Amino acid sequence: MGLKETKFRTILTALPIMFGLKAKKSETFRKYISSRDAVVQIQLGDNSIIKHLVFQSGKTRLRNGLHASPDVHIYFKDIDAALTVMTPPTDYGEVIHAGKNFRVKLTGDEEAVAWFTQLAGKLESDGWEYGEKQTDGSMRYTQITNGGPLHVYVKDGKILRTHIIEFDDDDPETWTIEARGQKFSPKRKGLVAPHALAMKANVYAENRALYPMKRVDFDPDGERNPQNRGTSGYERISWDEALDIVSKEIMRQKRVHGPGSIALSSPSHHQWGNINYYLSALMRFGNAVGVTRVTLNPDSWEGWYWGAMHHHGSSMRLGLPTGYGTLEDALEHADQIVYWASDPESQFGAYGGTETTARRLWAKKLGIKSIHINPHYSPTAAFTGGKWIQIKPGTDAALALSLMYIWIKEDSYDKHFVENRTDGFDEWKAYVMGETDGIPKTPEWQEGETGVPAREARALARSWAKKKTYLGAGVSGCGMGGACRNATGMQWARCMLMLNAMQGWGRPGVNFGNLSFGAPNNLEFYFPGYAEGGISGELNNTGSAGNNYCRMPHLISMNPVEQRIPRQRLPEAILDGECEGYEMAPKSMEGQFQGFKYPAPGYSKVHMLYRYGSSAMSTTNGSNRFPDMYRSPEVEFVVNQTVWVEGESQFADIILPACTQFERWDIGEWNNAGGLGHHWTSQTNHRIIAMLHKCIEPLGESKSDYQIFWDICKRLGMGAYFSEGCDELAWAKRVFESSDLNGKISWKKFLKKGYYVIPPELPSRKPPVDMRWFYEGRPKDLPEPFPLPGSYTHENLHGLPTQSGKFEFVPNSLRRIGDPERPAVMQYVAPFEIDGAPELIKDFPLQLIIPHSRFSFHTAQDAKGNSLSDIKDHRVLVDGHYYWIVRINPKDAEARGIKHHELVKVHNERGAVICAAEVTTRMTPGVAHSYESSAQYQPLGKPGESPDIGGCMNTLSTNRLQSGKTVASAGSLVHVEIEKWDKAAYHAEAAE
Amino acid sequence: MTEKWHLISNCNACSNCNNCVLVTNDEYVGNDFPGYSAPKPVTGSPWMEKKRVERGNDTMIDVAHYIDTCMNCREPACVNQKTEGVVYQRDDGIVIIDPDKAKGRKDIVGMCPHGQIHWNEELELPQKWTWDAHLLDAGWKQPRAASVCPTGGLVAVKATDAEMDARVASGELSMRDAKRGSRLYDKNADRVYKCFVGASLYTVEDGVEDCASGMKLVLKRDGTVIAEAESDEFGEFRFDGLDGDGETYVLEIGDQLTREFTLTTSAYLGTIEVTVA
Repeated sequence: MGLKETKFRTILTALPIMFGLKAKKSETFRKYISSRDAVVQIQLGDNSIIKHLVFQSGKTRLRNGLHASPDVHIYFKDIDAALTVMTPPTDYGEVIHAGKNFRVKLTGDEEAVAWFTQLAGKLESDGWEYGEKQTDGSMRYTQITNGGPLHVYVKDGKILRTHIIEFDDDDPETWTIEARGQKFSPKRKGLVAPHALAMKANVYAENRALYPMKRVDFDPDGERNPQNRGTSGYERISWDEALDIVSKEIMRQKRVHGPGSIALSSPSHHQWGNINYYLSALMRFGNAVGVTRVTLNPDSWEGWYWGAMHHHGSSMRLGLPTGYGTLEDALEHADQIVYWASDPESQFGAYGGTETTARRLWAKKLGIKSIHINPHYSPTAAFTGGKWIQIKPGTDAALALSLMYIWIKEDSYDKHFVENRTDGFDEWKAYVMGETDGIPKTPEWQEGETGVPAREARALARSWAKKKTYLGAGVSGCGMGGACRNATGMQWARCMLMLNAMQGWGRPGVNFGNLSFGAPNNLEFYFPGYAEGGISGELNNTGSAGNNYCRMPHLISMNPVEQRIPRQRLPEAILDGECEGYEMAPKSMEGQFQGFKYPAPGYSKVHMLYRYGSSAMSTTNGSNRFPDMYRSPEVEFVVNQTVWVEGESQFADIILPACTQFERWDIGEWNNAGGLGHHWTSQTNHRIIAMLHKCIEPLGESKSDYQIFWDICKRLGMGAYFSEGCDELAWAKRVFESSDLNGKISWKKFLKKGYYVIPPELPSRKPPVDMRWFYEGRPKDLPEPFPLPGSYTHENLHGLPTQSGKFEFVPNSLRRIGDPERPAVMQYVAPFEIDGAPELIKDFPLQLIIPHSRFSFHTAQDAKGNSLSDIKDHRVLVDGHYYWIVRINPKDAEARGIKHHELVKVHNERGAVICAAEVTTRMTPGVAHSYESSAQYQPLGKPGESPDIGGCMNTLSTNRLQSGKTVASAGSLVHVEIEKWDKAAYHAEAAE
Repeated sequence: MTEKWHLISNCNACSNCNNCVLVTNDEYVGNDFPGYSAPKPVTGSPWMEKKRVERGNDTMIDVAHYIDTCMNCREPACVNQKTEGVVYQRDDGIVIIDPDKAKGRKDIVGMCPHGQIHWNEELELPQKWTWDAHLLDAGWKQPRAASVCPTGGLVAVKATDAEMDARVASGELSMRDAKRGSRLYDKNADRVYKCFVGASLYTVEDGVEDCASGMKLVLKRDGTVIAEAESDEFGEFRFDGLDGDGETYVLEIGDQLTREFTLTTSAYLGTIEVTVA
């Protein structure tokens, strides 16, 4: 017997002793090891060593030879494979490598395998300390939410409070920006969005899904009654029943209908955390099962992705500018900031919390002026003050064209830039000046479209040309949200780029931003963002391949089903049996031109929906289509995995209760999207990486998303494949070890303290500014792996990834497709929600805009029976119900006899929502404002056909797309009428 | 003089994010702090509230926010003979309504001139924000509402009354209730209590309208010049901090036009055509 064999035998002999000692020392370990009996057989491929471990009543014995019926069978092809796996500490690179090449096999009863692998893991992890003890006996843990990081105080198993993280002396220095002789430094804490501070109430919400539920009239083996979805009630069932029903149905669907019949549909946002995230555990699960993926459109990017991208080639960022280095540049050089459909104080740059708010005060202190172009005097406008330009929604491109008209007419654009860095300007100029269509885009012309006085357009153009101007476009100032999500979103986004191009994009003080991006953080420190795929092993539909997959070796996953349905078209796919989609394909600008059809050749149509979360009723345009879809007999089974029973979960046959992020393990970095949102961490003032501690035990019988997927996978015989033997804490450690954290702080210290602040960029190293290299004609110097080298038409890193290598006023990519709906020379067309249907406009004369909500991150915090309802800007209490708010100008209100906080019916041909009216001077006459993303869908009568008092404004929006051959949703601008709500009359009529 | 807790609400630094409100709810809803406070109702009991003032009309408006909460008055009306042993003021200025002894005492609700004592129907208790006294006593450096503020829109200060009085005297701060003596102060309170007047000036030349920038504007009251300004690049100007007492103001636009008006609320006078010399 060689040395290696001796070592292996020694390890095996030591195992029972180690288990015994650990059990003696630790009560939790003792409890776990006693939780079941099992026989684990361990065998070398040449049969030279065969032993089995017998676990019985918490005791472990090692026996020689084969066991007749082991629960778990571990096979090692040879002694090297055995030592690779069995020698601590685990080297996952080697273990996974051995597994992938079948030198190690783990088979047997799935529950026993899962139990044993976790038991082995607990030899190390049991006893790890986490959180910090407080003087009052409570424990302080950490979390990261969509609105920022939190300290979570727990006492007696209950969350006492959630507070911001305030740094201590161990945390690194904070950066200082010097601008115009003044110094600015952010507060040494994580400043969160309001919804982050409403999270405790989320945990204890009255509508938590706490037990597996089955619709009372759903019988998987008999009558399924799909027509009653949304109206019949639920009964509690056990997890075993629920998991059996779901896993049997998954297999039945495949056998009866063939591949593709199971559709998996998730929202595009989720509770934070790299492991339980939808791009992580859910993606892995979906691939393992084989599903028709309900694909995301680049939602909130629409106009940038389908339009603006073609001018500068930024496909890898879905059309957005980068924001690199822009904070200091703006503070030092800019004279003014134009906030164009840009409201960072409401949407917080998505995940950035209130980190950037104080920067707007810095700008004010430096004398940087603000101009707001927005039909709503937004919270940001109220905060910064400045000039308010009221504009008719959807007509923004007309104002932009008139600015360009003035610049050409008055010769006040950056001619050097236009001549040397751009392509197609003469053709564009001919359109602007009216030479091609006979309509000069004068300030007077735009007034008729936008309602902005011609003199103000002229003044704005002159001011912009004279002063160094930052253009804050959309949520982050670098795109997203804002006006890009309505019928003319592409026009708006395209114009935003062309405006900056005409003023020398990249010149000091001339760039995109609203002070949200570009803080001097150390961006080259690697920690994976959520879009980097977590544990998914999915290399094509996440950003995993770039860093994560190499840094954290894990098993690859692939979906055997090619069939897809674009999310916007899911109801059509079910109800009409067909639909088409276009790709979210960031590799190149041409990716988005590739269409696909449902059903895809050779696949089954969808007959089962695995729905994850409950947000579609209020976050998907034209959502009054969904109730019909759910009640369709085409859909034989609907399972909804959700934290709260709300929105569309009330249409499910089976509800699987998921727990909140406070009740399970995870890990993540604040505001780190990764992938297409590469380096968004320049938005926060400090980069904060944190453990998402399991602060409390899951409420009721709820389980983590990861655990639910694992449990289903066990029933499908692939639990070991899905989990790689790791629970969430083990995965979190693997993520930690894959990142640049490893070596900066020990795992144990990190786990205990809960967070790590990455030291900022060195003051001596000035971060590069977006487009400065291009403006100055240098090779690209930004730390982004975009575009793909093959996209350059000059030498690598020279020029933009467009055909000409220049900024293209008339994009060659659009010219090549020759799509009249997306012309290469952008054409101003009024939005179809205004002019497309004159007969409807007569009945529904008001324009309603529905941007992302302010106090709830999408549906996450809203309507959980919490104190958020008390925020007067969120909901208003009338007659015992908290109503969603619609904002309306005093003149429009008076004309309709509507008083402040009265109930109104907001309606059009698609539906009706009952809201509380806020009568406010902050609205442009003729325009109403509400937020999308109410979590509550509460139809007064038949779902889909009766007024909703929950506040799902998207039941009113259009499912029409901005343009054919896209899936660019257009629903953030809607035509409606608003009238006083006559509750009594409605109920009298309903009674008849 | 002992140091007391004071709170400064600065409406120029407030984005109305409501972090202060939400974190206060987070602290008190569902939590019992014996000796300090009993659990706060989930809704309908605004221990801390953001209030809004909208001024102006049409295209020229101003929107400001300020905080409303217990002011820890220097002579608290709720601390009196009738509430002896039930409501008391600590050395640090914080007023506490004893959550045990105050049971059933609905009369205390009406004692607060600022409406900041709320009746908890379920517990039969008068309640209010305690300025996080239980946390301050445990070593927290400031009330949570102030620490979560991203901008300094809400600042908690521990200082002597004299130090704060000096800041009031300097004009930096105004006391929310000067009559009674509150420990809640406002910064830039003109946006809440005063009026503005503004307009947009334009010229017409060859039928083309242009914003009239650089026009000199003089505002007079009782024949005295009280403010001067110049129109901006959009032809706009705004005089703020005016008393809306119904008195007459005279506005001189360049040397060509005069407008007379009375002011009770803020007013945007609309567009005014001027000629440029």
